[in-house]
Parts: sequence; C-alpha cells; structure tokens
Amino acid sequence: MDIILDGIKEAFRLLFSLDPEVMGITWLSFKISGIATLISLVIGITVGTIVALTSFPGRKFVVSLINTGMALPPVVVGLFVTIFLWRNGPLGFLEILYTPTAIIVAQAIIATPIVTGISLAAMQQLPKKLRLQILALGATRVQMVWILIREAKLPLLAAVMAGFGGVISEVGASIMVGGNIKGYSRVLTTATVMETSRGNFDIAIALGIILLIFAYLINLILTQIQQRERPR
Amino acid sequence: MKRMQKVSKWGILLSIAAAIFLASGMLPVEAAKAQKSIILATTTSTQDSGLLDVLIPVFEKKTGYFVKTIAVGSGQAMAMGKKGEADVLLVHSPAAEKKFMEKGNGINRRIVMHNDFIIVGPPNDSAGIKGLRSASEAFQKMASTGSLFLSRGDNSGTHAKEKGVWKQTGIHPEGQKWYQQTGLGMGQTLNVAAEKKGYTLADRGTYLALKKNLGLDILVEGDPILLNIYHVIQVNPAKWPKVNAAGAKAFADFMVSKKVQKIIKTFGVDKFGSPLFFPDAGKKEEKLGM
Repeated sequence: MDIILDGIKEAFRLLFSLDPEVMGITWLSFKISGIATLISLVIGITVGTIVALTSFPGRKFVVSLINTGMALPPVVVGLFVTIFLWRNGPLGFLEILYTPTAIIVAQAIIATPIVTGISLAAMQQLPKKLRLQILALGATRVQMVWILIREAKLPLLAAVMAGFGGVISEVGASIMVGGNIKGYSRVLTTATVMETSRGNFDIAIALGIILLIFAYLINLILTQIQQRERPR
Repeated sequence: MKRMQKVSKWGILLSIAAAIFLASGMLPVEAAKAQKSIILATTTSTQDSGLLDVLIPVFEKKTGYFVKTIAVGSGQAMAMGKKGEADVLLVHSPAAEKKFMEKGNGINRRIVMHNDFIIVGPPNDSAGIKGLRSASEAFQKMASTGSLFLSRGDNSGTHAKEKGVWKQTGIHPEGQKWYQQTGLGMGQTLNVAAEKKGYTLADRGTYLALKKNLGLDILVEGDPILLNIYHVIQVNPAKWPKVNAAGAKAFADFMVSKKVQKIIKTFGVDKFGSPLFFPDAGKKEEKLGM
C-alpha cells in the first residue's frame, strides 16, 4: 500500500512542481494521440457514413472487417508499421521510424477502425425515413449527410472518446515504432513501462495517475458537449 | 435555438483548438528530421541502469548528433544491425558478437566496459547455493532441488550467458516445471523473480539499480564464467549504405574515449555505493579476470 501512496504523492509533486521532463512527456502524449484521433475521425466518419448510407455487394463482409478492426492488437499494428518503416523497408525512404510521426501513424491505424465502427453503427441507427424526409424538404445530398451527422452527434462523440481512449492508453505500438527515446518519442505509457522495469514504481504510478487525470479532463470536455443537448 | 447556438460555438472552439494542435504538432516533428541522427541499438541493462541517460547528453552536446537509443536485448540489437536498421551497437553477448563479426555485419568491435553476472535468489535460499564459487554447481543444485528459476528467455546477452552455464552442467532446463521464461527485460525479470521468490541470473548493474525494492540477495558471484563484457560495434556501412557510418564511428570513439571511461568508472558510486560498470577500453578481452 505504501508504494501506491508514494506514487500518488509523487504524481502531485511532479504535477505541481511542473517537472519539465514529465510536462514534456505529457504534452507529447496528448499531441500525438490527439493528432492520431483527428486523422482517424476524418477517415473513420467518412468511411463509416459511406458504408452506413449505401448498399453494395459484399457490404456485410466490409462491415465485419471494420468491426474486427476494432479489435486490432496495438502490438501487431506496431510490428507491421515497424517493418514498413524500416530503412530498408518499403516506406524506409520516409525516414520516420523512431520518431513521434511514426507513433501518430500507428495510433491512427489503431483508432480508425474504432471510429469507423462506431460511426457506422451511429449512422445506421438513424431512422431510414429521416433521409427521405430531408431530401423531400429540398436538401442537397451533401446537406442531407451533414444533417444526418448532426443527428448522430451523440454517438459520434462517443466514437471520439473511444478512439482517443484507445490510443492514449496504448503502449505496444508506441514503444515499437517510437523507441521510447528520451525527450523525443517518450510518451506517458512507454515511460511507465520503463520506470517499472527500472524499479521506480512510485514514478511509474505517478505517470499513470497523470495519464488518468488528463484523460479525464479531455473526456470531461467531450462529455460536456455530448450531454448538453440531452432532452430533459 | 439558443441551445443550438451554444453547441455550434463549442464546435467552432473545438475545431480551432484542433487546428492549433495540428499546426503545433507538425513543426517539431519536421525539425527533428533535419537533425543528423544515429540509431543506437543496445541492451536493456545500459538503459535500465541509467548509464545512457548520463552519457548520451554528453555525446549529443559534443558532436551535434541526435541519438535514438533503442533498448532491446543484445540478440535483438544484433538482429537490427544485421538488417542495417541500426548504426551502432552496444551489446554484451560475446559469442554471438563474434558470429556477427565473422559474417561481416559489423566493423571495429571494441571493448568498452565490464561488470559481472550474479545469481540472485530469495534470502532463505531453499536450494542452498549461497557462497558457492561455481556457477554451474549452483545451477546443478537449483535443478536437483527443483527450485524455481526465472530465465529471460529473450536471446539477450544475459540469456545467452545463462544458456552457456546450463550447457556446462549438461542439464536441459527447458520444459521443466521449475524453469520459467519471462521473455522480459532484466528489470522486469528481477521483479518477477522477487515476486515468485525464485532465482535468476542478472547483471550486477541492473540488480544494484533495482535492489531497494527487490528483496533478492546475491548468492553466487565471482566465477570467471560470469564475466559480463560490453562491446561497441559499428554496423558495416559497406553492407548497408543507408547506415550513418560517420555518426556510428563518432559514437564508438566516444564510448572508448578517456572522458567517457572516466564517467563509467564513477557512475553509480554516489547512488549505490559501488560502481555499476568497470571501464576497459584498450584492454584485451582474454586478459580480463574476476
């Protein structure tokens, strides 16, 4: 128990003393996972909406693939991204392995199926007649899609939270493609792994607590937006 | 209507924040790419002991190179070198290193430092190996008493050394109930051993760095087979043109320089009461003794 108390104390010490290394790691974690989530939102909502609103042969197969993608193991993503980004790999010319950019790529790949799957479900549960009604009122197709997205706003915000939560807490891919390089590609989760293996359990717990605090703040904002329109 | 407006205000605010986020995110990434960087593949012990945290900033300041330290086992480090995915290696698996050199994967293998491996275990020492001078005798005793042994199992330098000792005893531990492979780094394997009250082979540096939370004692030390020697190897640029040869050479030269050897000599003394590594630059491997 003492070790947990020490960890909590250490977390607040690091937070309130604004420890530059921990602040840097925290900021980098949120920047990387934030950008990865944004990328996944653009792709995920687009693909999710298209698949939800159209019908084509093999659609069920595509949906099952997307839903399986929601269970993509981060380490497997990390492994494949590493192999592709190796100097002598197919995308080696990009020279981004062991950089924050590589982590963004891996996390975007992890988050995209999550966002796609939830968006798809969100758009699909809108009543079919709504579409006809909107079109009958003279909306263009683009306007219709926009209105539908607005209608599905609550579950779509859940997609944002799930995507962000999935990548901010992920460690396997980040450590493989980022390399956990001090002051450069070290994020909260990889730092926690390293401090644990160094036996610095108090700092490891502290990093975990900081991660949770910031994840909570982000989700608090998103929940505020989501719940604002709740019918009373 | 009012509620709707509020929501869109939030939306606008959020997208502005996102845009700033994106813009600020891309800049440092691009800036870092322009730097000259080298990839150092090394063992977990050099990172977990904190030695590299001291040495790398000195090197970066001196040369302007940016070092990407990838801390994996010696086996994986050499696998990266073999594929030209690292520029320079700092490893401690001499037998595997010699093979690596024979195949022309590396150049300029130089000795940097040593410490030693130790057999650690629970203080009550159910296998009764405390004080033995021979590592293989200790291993035999652990096997015959069926005492839990935690192996790294990850092709690291420590794992290679452990397999070497088993070979001496003629015992094949794999598959035995008392023999478990963690597949983890040294620090984590020590934690597992502490938790399960088992025995393990560890490098002294990592053990000393973690000692305070472990509750494991040093039971066997001093057998010449337990010598743990670290070499620096430059990946052969003739084989892999993308390797940063100049950077690798600069780092290797740095590791055997007088200044660094002096830092190694005193590293850890203030914190652990004794040095974690002993500098060896320029010495012959065969001449090292315990």
